Amino acid sequence: MSGTYLGMPSFPKAAAASTRDMRLRGNLRHATGTIRAKRAQAVSELGDWDGLRSAGAALKDRTLRHLDRYLVQLESAVTAAGGQVHWARDAEEANRIVTDLVRETGETDVVKVKSMATQEIGLNDALAKAGISAYETDLAELIVQLGDDLPSHILVPAIHRNRDQIRDIFRERMGDWGRAAPRGLSDDPSELAEAARLHLREKFLDAKVGISGANFMVAETGTLVVVESEGNGRMCLTLPETLISVVGIEKTVPTWQDLEVFLQTLPRSSTAERMNPYTSTWTGTTDEDGPSVFHLVLLDNGRTDALADTVGRQALRCIRCSACLNVCPVYERAGGHAYGSAYPGPIGAILTPQLRGVQSELDASLPYASSLCGACYEVCPVAIDIPEVLVHLRERVSEGGTVSVRGRKTTIEPAKGHAAERAVMRAARWAFDHPRALRTGQRLASRARRLTPRRLPLPGPGRAWSDSRDLPRPAPESFRDWWRRTRGEEAPAEGRLEGGDG
Amino acid sequence: MDAREVVLARIRHALADVPPSETPEDAAVPRDYWTAHAERTDAQRLDLLAEHLADYRAVVHRCTPGRLPATIAESLAARGARSVVAPPGVPSGWLPPEVERVADDPSMTPRELDALDSVVTGCAVAVAETGTIVLDGGQDQGRRRISLVPDHHICVVRAPEQIVDSVPQALARLDPARPQTWISGPSATSDIELDRVEGVHGPRTLEVVITCAE
Repeated sequence: MSGTYLGMPSFPKAAAASTRDMRLRGNLRHATGTIRAKRAQAVSELGDWDGLRSAGAALKDRTLRHLDRYLVQLESAVTAAGGQVHWARDAEEANRIVTDLVRETGETDVVKVKSMATQEIGLNDALAKAGISAYETDLAELIVQLGDDLPSHILVPAIHRNRDQIRDIFRERMGDWGRAAPRGLSDDPSELAEAARLHLREKFLDAKVGISGANFMVAETGTLVVVESEGNGRMCLTLPETLISVVGIEKTVPTWQDLEVFLQTLPRSSTAERMNPYTSTWTGTTDEDGPSVFHLVLLDNGRTDALADTVGRQALRCIRCSACLNVCPVYERAGGHAYGSAYPGPIGAILTPQLRGVQSELDASLPYASSLCGACYEVCPVAIDIPEVLVHLRERVSEGGTVSVRGRKTTIEPAKGHAAERAVMRAARWAFDHPRALRTGQRLASRARRLTPRRLPLPGPGRAWSDSRDLPRPAPESFRDWWRRTRGEEAPAEGRLEGGDG
Repeated sequence: MDAREVVLARIRHALADVPPSETPEDAAVPRDYWTAHAERTDAQRLDLLAEHLADYRAVVHRCTPGRLPATIAESLAARGARSVVAPPGVPSGWLPPEVERVADDPSMTPRELDALDSVVTGCAVAVAETGTIVLDGGQDQGRRRISLVPDHHICVVRAPEQIVDSVPQALARLDPARPQTWISGPSATSDIELDRVEGVHGPRTLEVVITCAE
């Protein structure tokens, strides 16, 4: 299993390869287009959507602003209900805790519910090194695992695979992991799902240890919540004797009542359903119903660094619905792998550089993996202003500055590869500060538009920037000239154009 | 410092911009969203629940309390079910005499449970707007696993008292200390080219019997 994103190239390089993959682009266009249309319908059923969105954002902000207090409350509630709470500073510590807990049970096989947090920390690899086999039980995660592949979407991780590829993976690999695929397996989705059912049922019925994440943790009551569709989650959460849940500290919500907001917005935003087929809630352990041992591992792994950034903090509101992926023109063309992280798409472009820092070439390139069109903000059920955070992180990459790294204030240097970008931004700032120069420049560009090349190969280090960007065709007329021509009477004074509703 | 102290210290350090005097309640949460999305009569609520359950490919029956045993018997017979697991709170009169009633026993292994044909339960509450039934381990619902492993689940909803309009109303009725399973249609996946396939790991057939006096 190569379940790791280490050593990935920067976004522009990875995207340059993936955008040439026509099958991938076809799959993504179909999938994101379908979910987009369905989601709009599901959201339109709720006349108070804007109210739910505001409440969700405010609830998450309340939690984040008082996170220490809520985590302590959560810990005591879970403990009082019979669970055991562990804290992990980083991925390594979380993996060590989970590995030790599994070892204590004496088991070498565990079943897993799809979980972003365990993907983020590379838990499966860490367990494998300790001689423990972790079986992914979500159908898409199974496809990814059997195919020795990486997930490419938060909600539908195997979105980049189509049915004949899945059939081939099942035929060739299922036998290596347990019950082999039935003879003559076709590429019919219902046959493929049935093959997965048979393959995984053997694992569920014998499993002694289950590992999960959680969508929400209720501080007031110590309740954990998992939403899912297939029932593999319920299997892992209720049949084993021991349950270990690894959850990011930001998944906390203050009260049981607060779930009324997120249980309405999450399913409609993610799968475009009124409600996902299964939601499980549990509070510690319950006599003779479900696991008799429950461990909760609370994961930091860069979250407190994101929390320290007053602009970037809002990324921690994310409830992992993936609506932003499905509307993003960049994701739709580049695919999830290009983001080199468990979190692809617009949310990944702001979350990953905050969790991991912007030191690597890949992480420094992520804030630029966007056209800043704003569609991600429009659909976000917790109103994360992704474009705002993207611009903020671009500034961090190009200018450097003071950030929190593993809890310590650190000054970082501007990223080297972006020196040219910095120069471009300075030039742009100068032009915007000098409207007359901007206007003249635009007019010249418009008149010369037939002559502009599709790309502008810059010499030297600037090449990295220009190589990955098609030069936009200048408009036949600048906006300023158009405005003057069509609304000449009401033209506002220079520099006084007001934005939209912001 | 242990990890707990380190993480909590990092959080407090990260929140330097939050005034020490601020309480959670000072971070206002607008609660002007609705507690239900329409005003409905009992009959309208029942109709909406039935419609939304059927939308998600649950099989929906409606009957009077008197017709309940016959309705359950017909569903079991249609599948040729001979062994049925039922929690202790399911009245003996609900099940036909020709099926073997298996008690919801904690000593039963998952494999033994897997060999049974069907499960019959009641529910704690049902949500009309989302087409959801909620089980909370009550006497007529049993352990979470019995509504999970058998391939056929018959769930009885008593109208009008067990049906609410919305998610907020359902949460207010439920006790978070009890383990809960919210079920909206049978197990399903859309992981293969977004084609929805019913039944992966949970019961492939969900039948909901809504009883209502005429």
